[in-house]
Amino acid sequence: MSAPHLVEARQVHKHFGRLEVLKGINLTVERGEVTCLLGPSGSGKSTFLRCINHLEKIDGGELLVDGQHVGYQRKGNKLYELSDARISRHRAEIGMVFQRFNLFPHLTVLENITLAPTKVLNQGSSVVVARALALLDRVGLADKAGSYPSQLSGGQQQRVAIARALCMEPKLLLFDEPTSALDPELVGDVLDVMKSLANDGMTMIVVTHEIGFAREVADTAYFMDHGVIVESGKPQDVLVNPRTDRLREFLGQVL
Amino acid sequence: MSWAIAAIVVAMFVHTLFSTTTRFGQNGTQPRFEWHLIFQYLFNRVFVFGAFITIILTAAAMIVGVALGIGLASMRLSKFGVFRVSAALYVWFFRGTPVWTQLVFWGNLAYLYPTISVGFPFMHSFESWSMNSFETNFFLVAIIALGLNEGAYMAEIVRGGILVVDHGQVEAASSLGMGRALAFRRIILPQAMRSIIPPTGNETISMLKTTALVAPVLGAVSILGIKTGDLNEAALNIYSSNYHTIPVLMVAALWYLFLTSILSVAQYFIERHYGRGFVTTSHKRVRRSLRATIQEVPR
Ligand SMILES: Nc1ncnc2c1ncn2[C@@H]1O[C@H](COP(=O)(O)OP(=O)(O)OP(=O)(O)O)[C@@H](O)[C@H]1O
Ligand SMILES: [Mg+2]
Repeated sequence: MSAPHLVEARQVHKHFGRLEVLKGINLTVERGEVTCLLGPSGSGKSTFLRCINHLEKIDGGELLVDGQHVGYQRKGNKLYELSDARISRHRAEIGMVFQRFNLFPHLTVLENITLAPTKVLNQGSSVVVARALALLDRVGLADKAGSYPSQLSGGQQQRVAIARALCMEPKLLLFDEPTSALDPELVGDVLDVMKSLANDGMTMIVVTHEIGFAREVADTAYFMDHGVIVESGKPQDVLVNPRTDRLREFLGQVL
Repeated sequence: MSWAIAAIVVAMFVHTLFSTTTRFGQNGTQPRFEWHLIFQYLFNRVFVFGAFITIILTAAAMIVGVALGIGLASMRLSKFGVFRVSAALYVWFFRGTPVWTQLVFWGNLAYLYPTISVGFPFMHSFESWSMNSFETNFFLVAIIALGLNEGAYMAEIVRGGILVVDHGQVEAASSLGMGRALAFRRIILPQAMRSIIPPTGNETISMLKTTALVAPVLGAVSILGIKTGDLNEAALNIYSSNYHTIPVLMVAALWYLFLTSILSVAQYFIERHYGRGFVTTSHKRVRRSLRATIQEVPR
């Protein structure tokens, strides 16, 4: 039996020392939906995204992916952190694409993509290599399999990073400002790949400043400020007719 | 400018070289270096065996040291406090006491503990062994003593290398479902190697000479009926009987230089291996970017 929502956050709280970064986030994501998270710098977007695959621990509330607490186990009324091995198993089902790509510089493009499926999922290498090459073709980098990341442009590196995440066949993909570190002329290629993923029904949560992308691709947009969600809804409504001054001000700055 | 400096350096080098064979200001040769003796001793059996022992001890001690260093460094970064503290104490102790003292201790272990037994502390013991064979095992004692000491230095070198690796690498590995051990082995360590190799080269070359401490503590060892030790001990054995001190030491120095050269070449290839994928490894590139930075400084 599968859970009603793919992602469900209830009153998620997070603080770093005395700084409260997330002050009760509620959010649901359905299968096959694209969700965009927008907000000014320091509003807690990255922190929330990182809580979803347990790169950060949450201090309060609940975060479920496919009906399971990520990194935790519920016993009675309390949540207990799982062992490293079981946390890793949860993470393997959630892909993540980082602002700074974080490709493994000592491995070739192909090795970057195939390492985790072979070593973490224990899949046979011929199957994985075939899948990896198909994914490289899909992101337009079929000829770069043998290159090292340092030999690629930023946009190419980010597309490899997307292929690397996809090769794990995740049920959810998280993007943390995937185009913010790119030269403007390279942004388009990466966004095109993301759009085609969205069309194929991939469930994605995207932190981005690309309002155009959010308006065109997102099913739901959330606007965050100071650790709370200020507005949410269809991007055509939220991003075109903002109801709050804070969102209006934010849109004025980024557009 | 760089040509003038090169000319001076070459002149000084040639002059020094000549001074070992010819005495300036006088006609004739410089007799006190006794070069003919050097050629006579270069491939003396005692030296060949000595070089062999030096190589064996260095290689084995470094293998123990590197393995131990990697283990200790990963303990230092463990999430368990017991591991962190014990690794730190180990480094503190083995780095903080002289290697000579440690050698003497291991050399006298059989005297301090004639038998070693396994059991519960202060209670029943299951099994015990006599330490007689340990006492007489030159190689075993030397490799344990030098390896354990080296482990402490290597632990710090490995730890330093790991700290340099970008934290984003760990996060990317985690997000792909890699556990700590897998991420350490496949992602962190190979990248850390880039900064671990150069100081490890230093350590190996330094170990080459530290092996000279072994024979004075543990005594000579017999190979094929010849009493010998490491390179340094070989030199000592020869010149103490014939007083050709300088030429014999020169032979030992030549051997050390030869072994060091081999190590340097090996280091070059290992560095190249772990540098793959990194552009900044290339010295040419570093020089070019240095030059670019300097030119940007306004005059
Ligand atoms: N590891 C950390 N330790 C302490 N404070 C942190 C840590 N990570 C984030 N913060 C703080 O938490 C707040 C939210 O950070 P976060 O990175 O989630 O913001 P963001 O919305 O992603 O901003 P940006 O658009 O600049 O990426 C910031 O004030 C930041 O300084
Ligand atoms: Mg961020």
